[in-house]
Amino acid sequence: MDIMLELDRISVSYPVARARQHVIQGLSLDLAAGQIACLLGASGCGKTTVLRAIAGFEPLDEGAIRVAGRLVSSPGAQVAPEHRRVGMMFQDYALFPHLSIRQNVAFGLRRMAAGPREACVDRMLELVGLRALGDRYPHELSGGQQQRVALARALAPEPDLLLLDEPFSNLDVDAREKLAYELRDILKSAGRTALVVTHNQAEAFAIADRIGIMQCQCLAQWDTPYGLHHHPATPEIADFIRRESLLARRATACLRGGPEALEVLDDGPGGTGSA
Amino acid sequence: MIRLSWSSRQQARLWHSGMLLAGLAVLAPVLSLLVLAVQGSPGHWTHLLDHVLPHAFVQTVILLAGVGVLSAALGVGGAWLVTAYDFPGRTTLSWALMLPLAVPTYIVAYAYLDILHPIGPVQGAVRWVLGYDSPRDFRLPDLRNLPGAILLMGFVLYPYVYLTTRSMFATQAASLIEASRLLGHGPRSTFFRVVLPLARPALAVGLSLVLLETLNDIGASEFLGIQTLTVSVYTTWISRSDLAGAAQIALLMLCLVIALIAAERQGRRRLRYSAGRRAHPLQPRPLHGAAAWLAALLAAAPIVVGFLVPAAYLLEQTVGRLLQEGPPSAQLLHAGLNTVGISLVAMLITLFLGLVVAWSAHIMVRPQPWQRALPRLATLGYALPGTVLAIGLLFPVTAMDHGLAWLRDHLGLESMRLVLMGSPLVLAVAYAIRFLTISVGSIEAGLMRVAPSMEQAARLLNETLNGTLRRVHLPLLKPALATAALLVFVDSMKELSATLLLRPMNFETLATWLYGEAARGTYEEGAIAALGIVLAGLVPLIALARLQQQTHHGHHA
Repeated sequence: MDIMLELDRISVSYPVARARQHVIQGLSLDLAAGQIACLLGASGCGKTTVLRAIAGFEPLDEGAIRVAGRLVSSPGAQVAPEHRRVGMMFQDYALFPHLSIRQNVAFGLRRMAAGPREACVDRMLELVGLRALGDRYPHELSGGQQQRVALARALAPEPDLLLLDEPFSNLDVDAREKLAYELRDILKSAGRTALVVTHNQAEAFAIADRIGIMQCQCLAQWDTPYGLHHHPATPEIADFIRRESLLARRATACLRGGPEALEVLDDGPGGTGSA
Repeated sequence: MIRLSWSSRQQARLWHSGMLLAGLAVLAPVLSLLVLAVQGSPGHWTHLLDHVLPHAFVQTVILLAGVGVLSAALGVGGAWLVTAYDFPGRTTLSWALMLPLAVPTYIVAYAYLDILHPIGPVQGAVRWVLGYDSPRDFRLPDLRNLPGAILLMGFVLYPYVYLTTRSMFATQAASLIEASRLLGHGPRSTFFRVVLPLARPALAVGLSLVLLETLNDIGASEFLGIQTLTVSVYTTWISRSDLAGAAQIALLMLCLVIALIAAERQGRRRLRYSAGRRAHPLQPRPLHGAAAWLAALLAAAPIVVGFLVPAAYLLEQTVGRLLQEGPPSAQLLHAGLNTVGISLVAMLITLFLGLVVAWSAHIMVRPQPWQRALPRLATLGYALPGTVLAIGLLFPVTAMDHGLAWLRDHLGLESMRLVLMGSPLVLAVAYAIRFLTISVGSIEAGLMRVAPSMEQAARLLNETLNGTLRRVHLPLLKPALATAALLVFVDSMKELSATLLLRPMNFETLATWLYGEAARGTYEEGAIAALGIVLAGLVPLIALARLQQQTHHGHHA
């Protein structure tokens, strides 16, 4: 299988009061073409910085980043973001407020002739189910619709790699699960390789082929959801996964109101995690 | 309880009548201008149409276009430089780029005419370097033409654009720019397709202020020999004693003003879009080596041209003059006292009217559309060029004088005509109309920060409307009132175009003193007067910088 994204022992640091504070240290991972991977971890553990380094907004102290076999980042050498063939869906969606939905989606297609460009915009809007809303402006859409426009815009130039930063954090809890499966279907039908960052385990397990657990600036485990669940590498990871999935089970059980609810509720400690 | 609410309603009615009167005061000059212009004899009009208007109109439009383009380039360029990049001295420069605001257009023209005089220091130095002996062999291009006026005015007026666009850039979400980069647009394309369109509303606001200020200018155009509409109004009235003709030109200027305001409204449509709540702001990109020094140089250039050189010149002239001739003349000191006195009176009137308008608008319950438009109308005076306002005020003020005289005649008091017109009070009235928008704006912003629940609590504790204003709002409004007072005072000190036309005989302010000297070509004590105006203009800038520093530190805490 082709390797689409390769992070080779990358380190990133920020200057803090004349010293440098490491945000990522010696992180490595490979992602095969067509796969969807998730970086999972508590907030502030450097997940978003990994995405920004891959996009070319953070310079590397050490290591190398390759996209589709091409070296794009190494200490002292950076390919500009616009030349990386990497797309990104931002946490706040970053839709251009002065452009209509169609113009937003077409923004990355300026080298295309007008005819094919319009056809491509139509196709993208069709894919995310917003064909009818092309002439509206971002502030006229709901949060879920904005998210889909952001996805269509990022997919339109057919990037080698798509980065998604907390794609569901701005949505209602009710909408999240539905949209997570929808997002997976869209990405798979478009045949894209994607790296998603989230702090929500349920989302990660819903969409990912591979999950990376990030703990204190490093990748603690990089595995399939099955492997992660059944063979956690460390007791901390086991605890992390158990606590979170317990919460998820409890929530579903409560919603369904079945007999399971009481049983799960009696299940004991660990109810203080972040859901 | 019933009695109490009744009295509050009466109080509210009083406030609203006050606002109506303020609105009329602003409208009166415009209406009287219309009447005056219509009365003009046809003979005059054809003379104006043939000989004065076309030339003055074209000169004015070219001046507006040139100053607009130059100040937009300097303002937007400076704002983007200090927002998007990090280089040595960035913090200082981002503050110092406001400094030219302290230099009125007529002072920058006054200073540069002397600095760049053929036998002045700069041309002398250039000749010395190039090896020429006399001004007849070599001289730099003359400043006294349209390009010279555009250059000088652009370099002191750009801070209006700089201030409005910089705050827009600072709040713009960095993710929008990053998204554009990832979608294949390089830095330049991103600037023109994302950054600039998003800053357009701010650019429209800043640019309209620049253009209104250009239209208002009388000193710089006259010193540099540009026959603009404003200068034509002045010469038609003062030199040719043709009031109707002057009113007709003023009316034409009013049309230009209305066009400008309409363009501004059009330009800031869809202002509603704002950055997302969680968006992180743009982080400046560090520059190194030559690029960093080039950036610092580019950001420093407008400050040097628009502030440092003229200010240093005025300081040097003032010190030299004081050392040689001793203390300034009694007349100049008197002009200084006049300036401070009339500015204080104008400040008090403006603050009072501002409070009336802002508070009345605040306490309106379910206002009619025309009632909601009143506060906006009352603040439109800022858009009236000083000369237009002066001509418009003639008729209403004289009418009031006649009314007062009639009253005194009937009361059997000693009759004295022209109480307002013959006294400096008319200046204070003109300043109040022009600068009312400043006080209304700051007081409205201050009122917005008072939680409605606080007001409701006071009312439920049996306090009347006026009592609530006195005991709750006024104490909380102190900072807003202080800001407004400072700004109105300084703007009144700088005012020249209305002052020239409306001042009583032998009443000099620092600005008219400077104008007189420059018009006569006698550079004597003008520099001292100019330095006084510039120093006064620095005070609000320093206060603003301190305020920004405080909020800056507040964010980090």
